[in-house]
Amino acid sequence: MARVRTGVRAVGAVLAAVLGASLAGCSSTGGKRAEERAEQAAAQGGSAVNTPRWTIGMVTHSGDGDTFWDIVQSGAEQAAAKDNIKFLYAHSDEGQQQAQLVDSYIDKKVDGLIVTLAKPDAMKAAVARATKAGIPVITVNSGSAESKKFGALTHIGQDETIAGEAVGDELDKRGRKNALCVLHEQGNVGHEQRCAGARKTFDGEMQNLYVDGTNMPDVQASIEAKLQSAKDIDAVVTLGAPFADAAVKAKEQAASKAEIDTFDLNAKVASALQADALGFAVDQQPYLQGYEAVDLLWLHKYNADVLGGGKPVLTGPQIITKQDAAELEEYTKRGTR
Amino acid sequence: MTATAPAQAPTPGRKTADDERLLKTSPLRKVLRRPELGAVVGAVAVFLFFAVAADSFLRASSFGTVLYAASTIGIMAVPVALLMIGGEFDLSAGVLVTSSALVSSMFSYQMTANVWVGVLVSLLVTLAIGVFNGFMLTRTKLPSFIITLGTFLMLTGLNLGLTKMISGTVSTKTIGDMEGFESARKVFASQVTIGGVNLKVTILWWVALVGIATWILLRTRAGNWIFAVGGEADAARAVGVPVNKTRIGLYMGVGFAAWVSGQHLLFSFDVVQSGEGVGSELIYIIAAVIGGCLITGGYGSAIGSAVGAFIFGMTSKGIVYAEWDPDWFKFFLGAMLLLATLLNAWVRKRAEATK
Repeated sequence: MARVRTGVRAVGAVLAAVLGASLAGCSSTGGKRAEERAEQAAAQGGSAVNTPRWTIGMVTHSGDGDTFWDIVQSGAEQAAAKDNIKFLYAHSDEGQQQAQLVDSYIDKKVDGLIVTLAKPDAMKAAVARATKAGIPVITVNSGSAESKKFGALTHIGQDETIAGEAVGDELDKRGRKNALCVLHEQGNVGHEQRCAGARKTFDGEMQNLYVDGTNMPDVQASIEAKLQSAKDIDAVVTLGAPFADAAVKAKEQAASKAEIDTFDLNAKVASALQADALGFAVDQQPYLQGYEAVDLLWLHKYNADVLGGGKPVLTGPQIITKQDAAELEEYTKRGTR
Repeated sequence: MTATAPAQAPTPGRKTADDERLLKTSPLRKVLRRPELGAVVGAVAVFLFFAVAADSFLRASSFGTVLYAASTIGIMAVPVALLMIGGEFDLSAGVLVTSSALVSSMFSYQMTANVWVGVLVSLLVTLAIGVFNGFMLTRTKLPSFIITLGTFLMLTGLNLGLTKMISGTVSTKTIGDMEGFESARKVFASQVTIGGVNLKVTILWWVALVGIATWILLRTRAGNWIFAVGGEADAARAVGVPVNKTRIGLYMGVGFAAWVSGQHLLFSFDVVQSGEGVGSELIYIIAAVIGGCLITGGYGSAIGSAVGAFIFGMTSKGIVYAEWDPDWFKFFLGAMLLLATLLNAWVRKRAEATK
């Protein structure tokens, strides 16, 4: 009994100490409080329109806990708040599940649908069912080739080949001769297109390196090994923001001179650009993909507007260098870039 | 429970009364002893919960979607449940479905054959992989967890590697314009609309498989063997049960169901992505466990696996109908798995206490 009581006392003491330390040791910079202050400063009002409260559902091919899709979602939510729209979101990285989720939204009789066509064949029938039920569909991010065929209003996203070509041009501009393209998802068609596009416009040599994107230490080790064995590589292009960081670490370990460049953006990439650890980033503005999709559906319902004239609406590529990074860093921190 | 059950008074002069196997069990007790009882109670609870929480859940069209979701899991959960009753695991079941679809599609395309040829070749391949799993298990005496983990990784790699090698891309080429596609689609991926409810043919396959598996388990010698092998393999072998054949047969059963699921994938979408199916194997096991299968083997039922799959279908789609944040889906799934298993254990204890 006595031992139990001392145990309780000890726990109490530890708790009190932790609490005391956290109160006394306040940080005057950053942290949750800075975030709250920023939110209050950007206090968002209600909706800006008086249209009826429509419901829009979005179904993507994202896996669980994906930063990129989180930004797309926040863009969509922002537009939904402004347009007085109830926004629903679901995702699955299995084609069959994604199609079933679309079916669920059709059952719910939503007023508009936003889907990604990373696996076009799995989604074909589901999109057809939606258009048959009279629900307008907008495709985002992937599926620019199929969007129109399937009966979607418009497609919003980045053409991966064009984005790749922009990277090749930029590498030429920087006088690079030997580049490495790091693919972190085996079997992703869009990634293959990016590297192929870059190879097309790049005057130097470019080779592909496949890594397992779900395992960061492995990504770093693979790039490191490659840089150690091929000393003449002077540019490494990663296809996702989190992998740029791993490439920077690998470069340090391998004592290589290569410049690291990346697709997509996050807070770390923005600060690395400013610190000259990265050469440039190619952004496809995910926030815009979500925001525009919701906004265009609203416009379609309110005013029967369709954007793009039957062609995809491109949100990228946008080359970001040290000059732009300072401004963007702030936006990446709040999760909109 | 014990209070309501009248104690069996032993009647003197009749020897049989001492023999517990000849005791008359009341119908109520028979129900209580069914492995799937806990799952049925859980299913009713989940259904009522979503009926209240999501207004669009009770629509007829929604019911079709939920049933379809349940059937795609349920078809695989049946042989996985049988396998677990037999005391083994199969972690390669998820990617085997993708393999089945890939083989069928690529064989037809590369050989320019009638798609039914590819379908049959795919059946042979999945059965062979089942035999491989069973054979390795019986020969090496390694746990099935390890054996099928190896198969799972090898198949994942084969799916990606071979598809890329043969098709040049990560997905197969379309076979929608080839002979036999339409008739195969009717068999594996057709649908009928009855009174606004869209019913997919997978539901028929599912019901049929549950029926056959239940008949095997409860009415045939093979069924007794499965229970015996899962309960106590050495004792079963001692009384003449063909333990190795039973195990290999169970893995072939998984191969067969994976073939059905894979053909459904292929003929509903016409093109197969090579990287899919990873992780599904755990969902099949979850469905079987929620349905009352013991992880240690020797106990469970095919109907239970169907109820487990139905619970899974209701939850996965119910969360969408209820407009919840999908981030929480896995959390609910985990909580449900624990609750269902606890409920099963509790019901089983009560049932055994009232014998």
